[in-house]
Amino acid sequence: MPARDDILAALRAAAPAAAALPDLKGVRAVRYPDLKRRFMESVVEVGGRCVEVAGPLEAALAAVPEYAAARKVVSLVPGVAKANVDLAGVADPHDLHDVDFCVLSAELGVAENGAVWIPGFDNRAAAYLTQHLAVTVRADALVHNLHEAYERIGTFSGFAMFLSGPSKTADIEQALVIGAHGARSCTVLLLTPSLRDHP
Amino acid sequence: MTHPEKAAAFVANDARMHWHDQAVWFVRQKRDVARAAVPEWEELRSLASQIKAHALSRLADYLEQFEKNAVAAGAQVHWARDADEHNRIVHELLAARGVTRLVKSKSMLTEECHLNPYLEKHGIEVVDTDLGERIVQFRREPPSHIVMPAIHLRKEEIGELFHDKLGTPAGLSDPKQLTEAARGHLRAKFLAAQAGLTGVNFAIAETGGVVVCTNEGNADLGTSLPPIHIACMGVEKIVPRLRDLGVFLRLLARSATGQPITTYTSHFHGPRRGGELHIVIVDHGRSRILGREEYRNSLKCIRCAACMNTCPVFRRSGGHSYGVTVPGPIGSVLAPHIDASKHQGLPFASSLCGSCTDVCPVRIDLHQQLLAWRGELAARGLVPLGKRVAAKVGAFVLARTWLYRLAGMLARRFLPLIPPRWHAWGRQRDLPPMPRESFREQWRKRAGSR
Repeated sequence: MPARDDILAALRAAAPAAAALPDLKGVRAVRYPDLKRRFMESVVEVGGRCVEVAGPLEAALAAVPEYAAARKVVSLVPGVAKANVDLAGVADPHDLHDVDFCVLSAELGVAENGAVWIPGFDNRAAAYLTQHLAVTVRADALVHNLHEAYERIGTFSGFAMFLSGPSKTADIEQALVIGAHGARSCTVLLLTPSLRDHP
Repeated sequence: MTHPEKAAAFVANDARMHWHDQAVWFVRQKRDVARAAVPEWEELRSLASQIKAHALSRLADYLEQFEKNAVAAGAQVHWARDADEHNRIVHELLAARGVTRLVKSKSMLTEECHLNPYLEKHGIEVVDTDLGERIVQFRREPPSHIVMPAIHLRKEEIGELFHDKLGTPAGLSDPKQLTEAARGHLRAKFLAAQAGLTGVNFAIAETGGVVVCTNEGNADLGTSLPPIHIACMGVEKIVPRLRDLGVFLRLLARSATGQPITTYTSHFHGPRRGGELHIVIVDHGRSRILGREEYRNSLKCIRCAACMNTCPVFRRSGGHSYGVTVPGPIGSVLAPHIDASKHQGLPFASSLCGSCTDVCPVRIDLHQQLLAWRGELAARGLVPLGKRVAAKVGAFVLARTWLYRLAGMLARRFLPLIPPRWHAWGRQRDLPPMPRESFREQWRKRAGSR
């Protein structure tokens, strides 16, 4: 018998009595009086930087020192002045090994953990190879907790990720080090409605 | 060597033992702070436990659903009955594509299957890319902890190791600089790899997706550069719905390291454009555990390691003393299923204090299972003679009130006269002063005086 059938038969033979799947609608999950503030604090707690952007995006980016110093810049957000790599035109993701700065766009942000939800894109290696990262998220796309986040996400195909702060490790004597393999810094650009009305 | 023998070697270095104890306890305290920030924590634990109980009761159905959806998303699904079959499948996938350079992110399953030596024997370079795992791989030793693989090492030792392996300056022991050196070294490995292998934290039946959580970003570099991604998972990793992740992700990182979520939580549905995604589903004894009512809850484990961080025995004996891939309380209930005779000592590596059960985010009754194993091992005649005799004598004495009182009286009088090196307690500790009267005598006096 093939392994698949063997394993499924063994699991069926061993299965315990039916147990109900709980409905998650009733979870009384934590909510915050000031959603935006809690989100901004969470981003800082996970090692990131959070900036409110009411005016032009480029002005906010220019104030990010890593962006100002960057030479090779990838952006999935239109209108980033220093963007000089056409990600869709990159044939081999290895060519992105020397990206200095990458600007991504997130669909929502989670106040309890500072995570942002980023859908997949071609050559997503840019998000991990880049030395520094910025992510835009709209202030009206914040949710309190992960339950609300998954309700909002509903269903999707392909790749997507929660990203919470810069890459980090504490594998040497529990000492927190920012910048393990991925981005050394992560700036979340929180777009306020006024910008959204006049993109 | 048995657990007590290896633990004895570990505690022989008193300063190091206390350092390890504190380092691990520090993580437990971070977990407590994170847990306190979530008022509905206990409800989440119950939900997680119920979701897993449900998934385990219909595991075969959910695996079929998962396979169907994963294939529809473009993944290829492989099934392995045991470690050997798993290793063969992974090797054949790599060999057929001419892969000789593989980068791996953390996977306790592949540790359990001893995949690395198998692939190396077949001429494939395997690079563990989690920093802690790379450190122990350099040292040719297994991880001592499932979340922090190199928790047993001092930064000076890692400095020496990196001086030897990566050419860092002699005497360098700054964690930041050492991490930077590893970053450079592993970047080159990521860029040179022809395939990436990851574990799986959760497999979603309704979408056919797999979820991988890391802080370093190594799983993401390893799967976004080379075109081939192999994801290895135990059958028990299934969750029914995407939204179930809301429950598990809120518990996982908080329980593991005290973080509200890991930096990267990647959801893979099918391969990326032009690539391949292979999912290897492994049983390796899990169906046998599922059939054992008193132990099946252990399959709910999400590998957060909270039970290790809180365990007084783990903290003072170190992960390597267990001699298995997953150490600590959860490892001690899992290992005897694989080889009860070889691992008979592990269910005894516990004070049965129950702290593991209290912190477990999926409410596994760990200390109950440890106790159940002790009974089973005794019934199967696998407990060593000394322990058996001691238990028999203890039972005999406890069953006879007069004998128990006599023994207590004799102990109070004569125990302080025995040279400390002749009994296990005295070898490392001072004997507390003996009370002059037994509790029973004190109680009787107290009752009489009222």
